[in-house]
Amino acid sequence: MTAETGYNFAYLDEGTKRMIRRAILKAIAIPGYQVPFASREMPMPYGWGTGGVQVTAAILGKSDVLKVIDQGSDDTTNAVSIRAFFARTAEVAVTTRTRDATVIQTRHRIPEAPLHASQVLVYQVPIPEPLRFLEPRETETRQLHALAEYGLMHVKLYEDIARHGHIATTYAYPVEVAGRYVMDPSPTPKFDNPKMDDCPALQLFGAGREKRIYAVPPYTRVRSLDFEDHPFRVQTFDRPCALCGAEGVYLDEVLLDDAGGRMFVCSDTDHCEERRADGPIGMEAAHA
Amino acid sequence: MSAPLLQARGLTKRYGARTACADVSFDLDPGEVLAIVGESGSGKSTLLSLIATELAPDSGHVAYRMRDGVIRDLAALSEAERRALMRTDWGFVRQDAAKGLRMAVSAGGNVGERLMGAGARHYGTIRGTALDWLAKVEIAADRVDDPPTRFSGGMRQRLQIARNLVTGPRLVLMDEPTSGLDVSVQARLLDLIRGLVAELGLAVIIVTHDLAVARLLSHRVMVMRAGRVIETGLTDQVLDDPAEPYTQLLVSSVLAA
Repeated sequence: MTAETGYNFAYLDEGTKRMIRRAILKAIAIPGYQVPFASREMPMPYGWGTGGVQVTAAILGKSDVLKVIDQGSDDTTNAVSIRAFFARTAEVAVTTRTRDATVIQTRHRIPEAPLHASQVLVYQVPIPEPLRFLEPRETETRQLHALAEYGLMHVKLYEDIARHGHIATTYAYPVEVAGRYVMDPSPTPKFDNPKMDDCPALQLFGAGREKRIYAVPPYTRVRSLDFEDHPFRVQTFDRPCALCGAEGVYLDEVLLDDAGGRMFVCSDTDHCEERRADGPIGMEAAHA
Repeated sequence: MSAPLLQARGLTKRYGARTACADVSFDLDPGEVLAIVGESGSGKSTLLSLIATELAPDSGHVAYRMRDGVIRDLAALSEAERRALMRTDWGFVRQDAAKGLRMAVSAGGNVGERLMGAGARHYGTIRGTALDWLAKVEIAADRVDDPPTRFSGGMRQRLQIARNLVTGPRLVLMDEPTSGLDVSVQARLLDLIRGLVAELGLAVIIVTHDLAVARLLSHRVMVMRAGRVIETGLTDQVLDDPAEPYTQLLVSSVLAA
């Protein structure tokens, strides 16, 4: 891919990157705390990952290998264009392989393959405030965080059980970080929540429109909120991936035709492709 | 006689040149019901806000005897202590139920919020307690999952009462809890409040412009006019034999049915 001339390395100027790095350092120092930062206009609309892109730009070095996923997939529009953006403005190596990447920017998923200590996971966050839909006043939510008054978060879970008989929140499921701050893990499925706990990789969260950065340092306790008699549970799937036969992974439903044909495949495309390259083959592939 | 539960001394609040509340002092004993009466604009609600620490007084202070028996100046509490006190040992029943309730959250969630705020993490227990309290305020068990937006005005006030009383507070502030309700609903609500106050031994400060409410609920009455307390005494004494001309006027203004 041809490099863009006339731009600083990784698009943002050095002053801006320093400002963002300071926010990131503060976020790491106070796990789960939302640090305000002077979010910039980026050459993409809000909601397309402007926060994640700014965090990635601030931490990217020349030797980094970047992977970008959108809903677990490496080849959807958002992932392709952000990957291309950094390939052109920073000329860093890009990859789709989870284990080769040093920086992984993600929207809505955590890769299935275990992350390691030399990796950074950057989340794109639309609404960083977990209490937002219960308490619209920002002054009040800050107060609640400052005083660790999180009873309100349980009111939401209570409402779920009262209405549906179980905790029906399936994404953006609130977590308590390092025994202190309650955090929105961005709209990842709650299936991925356990992966955040004690994770060797650094996890950074960027919300561009809301101008907040927060972080989970490596090997930090991340606990999903629940009730004693309604403990936290992840989704389960009653079948393996139709392509690679993987079990215990997060599946996407894919419609095949107008007649109701469908199959369930890995949402993490890289995980699926690697498994197929390594041998195990799913039911559909066996029938083909 | 034990020490008073709450002491207000010289509470004064001005809005610019206007004085909303001037040099108000009183003691409130545990289990005592004090009515603050007066016409609109007499400073009743400002006084209640000062006591509830929602407004800072220009001068004066409020002291409260905490559960451990220590008397603390409310202005000297840390924000965390103040909020913890307000949601456990105090209650505030507001005139407008929408300000005292979470309108988007079910009745059970409204009652359970204080419990969860206090650290309850067992759904079954929280729900059981919420159902108990709804029964006490005469809300049918099958309405537990309805939001207050689907409740009548009287039900909303009763739900507010349940939400406030669930943590076993010792002091409840009430700001015109029955205004805007029709007469028969008012009567039932007053009956309910009177029963709960007696049963739980609550201390109550109730602000009302309705002298009938004061007579029915309160032990003592404070009459306010233009920000000042002009008369105070036992309820029957003040209402049957008012000393001040203004109080005489208030009492004689009540329409007989």
